[in-house]
Amino acid sequence: MAFHETKFPADAPLAEKAVGWVDDRFPLTKLWNDQWGKYYAPKNFNFWYIFGSLAMLVLVMQIVTGIFLTMHYKPDANLAFGSVEYIMREVPWGWLVRYMHSTGASAFFIIIYLHMTRALLYGSYRKPRELIWLFGFAIFLCLMAEAFFGYLLPWGQMSYWGAQVIVNLFGAIPFIGPDLSLWIRGDYVVSDATLNRFFAFHVIAIPLVLLGLVAAHLIALHEIGSNNPDGVEVKENIGADGHPVDSIPSHPYYTVHDLFGVSIFLLIFSSVVFFAPEMGGYFLEYNNFIPADSLKTPLHIAPTWYFTPFYSVLRAITADFMYVLMVAIAAYVVFIWLKSRLPTKVKAAIAVVALVAIIGMLPSILDAKFWGVVLFGVSVMILAFLPWLDYSKVKSIRYRPDWHKYVYILFGLSFLTLGYLGTQAPTDGKTLLSQVCTLFYFSFFLLMPWWSAMGTFKTVPSRVTFHPH
Amino acid sequence: MNFSKKLLAILALVPGLALAAAGGYPLDKAPDRSNNMAALQHGAKLFVNYCLNCHAASSMRYNRLKDLGLSEDQIKNNLLFTGDKVGDMMTTALNPKDAKAWFGAVPPDLSVISRSRASSAGSGSDYLYTYLRTFYKDDTRPTGWNNMVLPAVAMPHAMWELQGVRNAKMVEEKDPHDATKTVHKFVGFEQVTPGKMTKLEFDTATADLVGYMEWMAEPAQATRKRLGVWVLLFLSLFCFLAWRLNASFWKEVK
Repeated sequence: MAFHETKFPADAPLAEKAVGWVDDRFPLTKLWNDQWGKYYAPKNFNFWYIFGSLAMLVLVMQIVTGIFLTMHYKPDANLAFGSVEYIMREVPWGWLVRYMHSTGASAFFIIIYLHMTRALLYGSYRKPRELIWLFGFAIFLCLMAEAFFGYLLPWGQMSYWGAQVIVNLFGAIPFIGPDLSLWIRGDYVVSDATLNRFFAFHVIAIPLVLLGLVAAHLIALHEIGSNNPDGVEVKENIGADGHPVDSIPSHPYYTVHDLFGVSIFLLIFSSVVFFAPEMGGYFLEYNNFIPADSLKTPLHIAPTWYFTPFYSVLRAITADFMYVLMVAIAAYVVFIWLKSRLPTKVKAAIAVVALVAIIGMLPSILDAKFWGVVLFGVSVMILAFLPWLDYSKVKSIRYRPDWHKYVYILFGLSFLTLGYLGTQAPTDGKTLLSQVCTLFYFSFFLLMPWWSAMGTFKTVPSRVTFHPH
Repeated sequence: MNFSKKLLAILALVPGLALAAAGGYPLDKAPDRSNNMAALQHGAKLFVNYCLNCHAASSMRYNRLKDLGLSEDQIKNNLLFTGDKVGDMMTTALNPKDAKAWFGAVPPDLSVISRSRASSAGSGSDYLYTYLRTFYKDDTRPTGWNNMVLPAVAMPHAMWELQGVRNAKMVEEKDPHDATKTVHKFVGFEQVTPGKMTKLEFDTATADLVGYMEWMAEPAQATRKRLGVWVLLFLSLFCFLAWRLNASFWKEVK
């Protein structure tokens, strides 16, 4: 196609002519309009819908503060700890950049967990938005890796020993485990080699992947269009202007709406940064103000608070609990054979896999430590399968049977309990509680194909519920 | 004996009870010195004179002490060892190899010690304040000193001349978990030889020293809080304006 140059009248403003020049060569205005300016979104977004924008804000903030930290941080086992104190004391505003980065990391996880809660509440992962959910899940995995690699960098006691414990988990994999751990660490124990490569992963490798995944996440979202708290597909009701009747352009309505949400977030964020950056030892752990010492193991090695729910699952898998798991798996297979409508071949395959797993769970075959690592991984991975586990007739919790709300509340409480237990030293009572919560956590997902379809559903309206402001 | 003496005797056992229950010596609350420049300067003087002989604070630059209201000349003339420059870091002359051989452990760097000793039992300052005041004479230890907060510590009582020499009084008691055994229970200190300071003077001096170490662990803390007030005030105003702006646009949405 021949190049077409947009003509402007001679007295047109310079800015307009400049944008026109770019538009002839690069879809700038189109990009703006498609992605935000004229991206029509449902008008009934509520509090739960701020967390996507906040996540993007915190991502940008972590990158910018990270860049400034990288100017002064030294990724060497002998210099790392001192360089962080150098940033805190000698670099102008270094203390502020450091606290923004450490608080930002915890803020990121709070935001992401709430962001995922929104998806659970309103069925934002359901067809045709499964791919948005899968990209989001990949982002979650990258975020956890990013936090894990970043946590080693201050080279404190908790940094060092936390990394040692988690890398050793890979050693539990049969046959390849020890070699795999050696490859990850670059040494036989966590050392300078490990610090340098974790620095590379944290500063560039994972951020690049994260940015790509966030772009994919947003492209997939804009392709289908946003969900909303009523779970109504707004594109099924197009108005005279060619846009859904229940939608509004993101600019200016969600620009100002998100600006308000961002200002509240910044208020809370700044209160922490300026008045409680350690957050009682949860955001900046006390133990991490001791330089790493490979000869002194801390009494309690706990991961940072955002990993504790999954860490609890790992610790819950004791030798005694293995028998409970074997019975649970057998019961689940029986349940599938009796109640599911899967083809017989699939049912047979499931039975075979379950039998292999049960044999593997015998004490003489693979020990509880291995299965702890497996279930630790499964407790994270099972989130990815949500779009194919949910058989509810409606998307949003607003139109589900009332008792479904209690199932969700119990799930949330389970998750929070697992999180709390992960911060504590294990006792017999606490281990039992974490085992109960682990069983409930997995049952929520594995039995979802059945319980999500049970009960009397309410009629989903054709228009969204919106009360004019 | 009369009631008040009995009461005192019982109260003296309380720290021991807490020991048996929680598994750690109960920490005293360190007095707050964060707004007291004179006390912090006194703490700096104690730190340089009593701690830097063995410990380093290698992230702390001498001239940062200007934040405590000292001039460079005052620092140069009163707080520097010979050979140090005012722009140098607070290092120690004690060689780590020698320290390991003489004490069995390398004295840890004290730059952020106050932040590292916080726990559910108390703040880092509470820990240090209690630690520095509970050394006692123990002839079974290589240095002749032991400590209630950190039993079998390798560090001797650096400020023994100021506090004097004290013994820890122990009584034998039946083990609550096993009737056939007995446990030692700590019931208090007794002064063997007096120090240059009274108990009150020593506690005050230690509070100054601990206050200095708390300041040294995060010199930017006062700035951080002061700025924080302005930031929150600004953001509150911004939040209010953003709220009203949002409301004005959304009136158009039906």
